[in-house]
Amino acid sequence: MIDPGWYMGLAAVLFMIGALGLLLRRNALVMFMCIELMLNAVNLTLISAGRALNDLNGQVAVFFILVVAAAEVVVGLAIIVSVFRLRATASVDELSELRG
Amino acid sequence: MVEAILFVLMAISAIAGAVTVVVARNAVYSAMGLLGTLFSVAVIYVVQLAHLVAAVQVIVYAGAVLTLFLFVIMLIGVDKSESRDEALPHQRAIVGGIAGAMVLLVGGVTVFGDFDWVPAGSTINANATNGTVEAVAAPLFTDWVLAFEATALLLTIAAAGAIALAHHRRRPS
Repeated sequence: MIDPGWYMGLAAVLFMIGALGLLLRRNALVMFMCIELMLNAVNLTLISAGRALNDLNGQVAVFFILVVAAAEVVVGLAIIVSVFRLRATASVDELSELRG
Repeated sequence: MVEAILFVLMAISAIAGAVTVVVARNAVYSAMGLLGTLFSVAVIYVVQLAHLVAAVQVIVYAGAVLTLFLFVIMLIGVDKSESRDEALPHQRAIVGGIAGAMVLLVGGVTVFGDFDWVPAGSTINANATNGTVEAVAAPLFTDWVLAFEATALLLTIAAAGAIALAHHRRRPS
């Protein structure tokens, strides 16, 4: 039995790496993968916290996050594909139509 | 002891996969890095007795979501690598340095910050959170049944939205 802090630390590091990837990369697909990384870190936090608090609801919450993530990926990838059809690029720097 | 060894191994491979996602130039390598992270996190779920969630993680994430990612990468083209030119000089190197320092800081504070993750006077009872199908399904279909139905609606709307977006309308020209 190791301290739950270690799991929380791993989740925090994964979340930070995902957040940084989102800021550093310009490829829309890779940015999407970084969002998945962050969602996974949150799932790990929920499961670890649920275990530390003897509460099964953490695992139930992870289920809902999984469903929302799947729905988000379906719509997001469809948007990326339709943008690519129009502009022939997946780089977010090129998509400046809404720039103020 | 087994838990500690598994945790160290899986933490290393999860972080290595996550770093691969961020630094790989080719999007396919990023997807493979994400796959490694997802599997490592699934193993950590099993270590924490979240069996059903681990299985769903592998099937839904590693199976369905990542396949979808790979399909879109193939559709958009793998050979288009990201442009490396920067608006500001050394932008990426500086931001990357700050970023690495922040990752270490956040991780270090979380691990060594002496937080009371387990409330005082209580101990971790592994049997209370043994995530078998039966144990997870009970709250899912009683306490959370409204949220469950809402997610069913959400998935239907997402599928309909994806079809609507992908539908290629011929432009009248």
